Amino acid sequence: MPDSSAEVRFVAKNMRLDLRLIADMVAEGARVLDIGCGDGTLIEHLTREKRADARGIEIDMAEATKAVAAGLPVIHGDADTDLAFYPDGAFDYVVLSRTLQAVERPREVLRQMLRIGRYAIVSFPNFGHWQLRWKLLTTGRMPDNETWDRKWYETPNIHPCTIRDFFALCAEEGYVVERWLAVDDKGLKSPWKRSPWLANLFGEQGLFLLRRG
Amino acid sequence: MTEALAPFQRLEHQSVLFEDGLALDCGAVVMPLKVAYRTYGRLNAARSNAVLVCHALTGDQYVAERHPLTGKPGWWEAVVGPGKPIDTDRYFVICANVLGGCMGSSGPPEEMTDAEGRGLGRPWGTDFPSITIRDMVRAQKRLVDHLGIGRLLAVVGGSMGGMQVLEWAATYPEMMVAAAPIATASYHSAQNIAFHEVGRAAIHGDPDWKGGRYWEDGRIPAKGLSVARMVAHITYLSEAALTRKFGRKLRGASALTFLEDVFEVESYLRYQGSTFVRRFDANSYLTITRAMDYFDLASEHGGEVAAAFRGSPIRFLVTSFSSDWLFPTVESRALVRALNAAAANVSFIEIATDKGHDAFLLDEPVFHRALGGFLQGAAERAGV
Repeated sequence: MPDSSAEVRFVAKNMRLDLRLIADMVAEGARVLDIGCGDGTLIEHLTREKRADARGIEIDMAEATKAVAAGLPVIHGDADTDLAFYPDGAFDYVVLSRTLQAVERPREVLRQMLRIGRYAIVSFPNFGHWQLRWKLLTTGRMPDNETWDRKWYETPNIHPCTIRDFFALCAEEGYVVERWLAVDDKGLKSPWKRSPWLANLFGEQGLFLLRRG
Repeated sequence: MTEALAPFQRLEHQSVLFEDGLALDCGAVVMPLKVAYRTYGRLNAARSNAVLVCHALTGDQYVAERHPLTGKPGWWEAVVGPGKPIDTDRYFVICANVLGGCMGSSGPPEEMTDAEGRGLGRPWGTDFPSITIRDMVRAQKRLVDHLGIGRLLAVVGGSMGGMQVLEWAATYPEMMVAAAPIATASYHSAQNIAFHEVGRAAIHGDPDWKGGRYWEDGRIPAKGLSVARMVAHITYLSEAALTRKFGRKLRGASALTFLEDVFEVESYLRYQGSTFVRRFDANSYLTITRAMDYFDLASEHGGEVAAAFRGSPIRFLVTSFSSDWLFPTVESRALVRALNAAAANVSFIEIATDKGHDAFLLDEPVFHRALGGFLQGAAERAGV
């Protein structure tokens, strides 16, 4: 079902880079659940461009309301508690974009995603990026940049991980990594993209397409 | 019909008569069946832009116009009208007085009929059969069929209206594109039944109720019905709203005198009670509160709410209000989870407000934007 090409074929203006890359992984007409869907940008895009049956969960009430007011099927809910209520195999893809690091129990959320969906698409900011490592090494303080922009005591990102950490978790849980890619902060997909070691150093975000083993 | 049949002022209501009657869940048949209704806007040529609004316990079909009895604006003019979320420039809006009601549909104040549908020259009163929310919905379905509408764009309602929306979705899933149950639940809770029982006890305890035969001497159990309304009205508000509106303010005094002091909130409740009895029939109140109490969607579907919606093609919008303790958010969330379990297409938001259960009737811009957008989305996908 996933496209064989990793190229971005459609570039929606004003859509976050990782959302564009995710959209490219979704097949035509698929059933999609977007966890942490914000105002529903990806849902709207998938509905319009891929004729997908796309739905969303959003924890921020203001964002969920915006999505509903735009006519999109979004529920106010929490990835940690609400996924358990969906039946097995309800979706072709379950998407978790830049939210994994903010959930209470990332491993359980992944399990639920692959229970209710055939594929899981997960993107997250890579805590192994060289700039973060450099800041920690040179200043001895918790890194902060555009992505990690809140102080350690108030960040919602309570479970940061690196691209290699994520590979390790997938191996432990027996998930098959169908595709993966890393992008730098400019959104460029660079030559190092095939090496997890290099990607872990230079990739600002990791993006994974998983299925059950 | 004579004045003696009706304790309150009788009016002519727009209605349709179904001579063959309606078979009820309790086994009885109401024959003929009368459904009083109002419509707003225009039905398009494809007959695809109809929105059915279901009213709450003490509402009626006068959604978006001056009420013929009270002279007050329609009960949902904040939501229904030209340019409003349920836009009568775009949609054809239908609202029927519920079965068991007192604004012209078959119900306790209407003339009682025998098994052959012959009039008996007296009102049904407490002899009107027990009805359910599903019976109300079946009566509305007859009206929708009569209007020549094969598929409704949406069914929308709050509180008991929301129960009807859920029952519509469970019973006639192919007859609607979208469903918006608002400030409601899939069953009536023990606490809500308890409050209803206080109201019914007040009516039963009024000597003027006369075992339900108050129509015989043209009196109404005004005291009992008014107390029922006062109790119910408290449940429609929130503590925060009562504090904001009234606090501990006294009527006509700045400090307690201990001589017949009246708090503003008392005076307000008494007013609510006294105006209510002039527009609502006590036996209707008994009949309809019972129907709400009986409502339990799960029990109609093998003990599981999700079973009522499995495979449903309907787009749902569930809305709750943060300070509503009559139909609290937790019940809406349970409903949403059941819809998710049924893999139904559902949206859900909780509106932040201090106005309690009544918020669904009031000026809540965020709610109105969400409802309007949801309907528009459904209309676009349905090609309306």
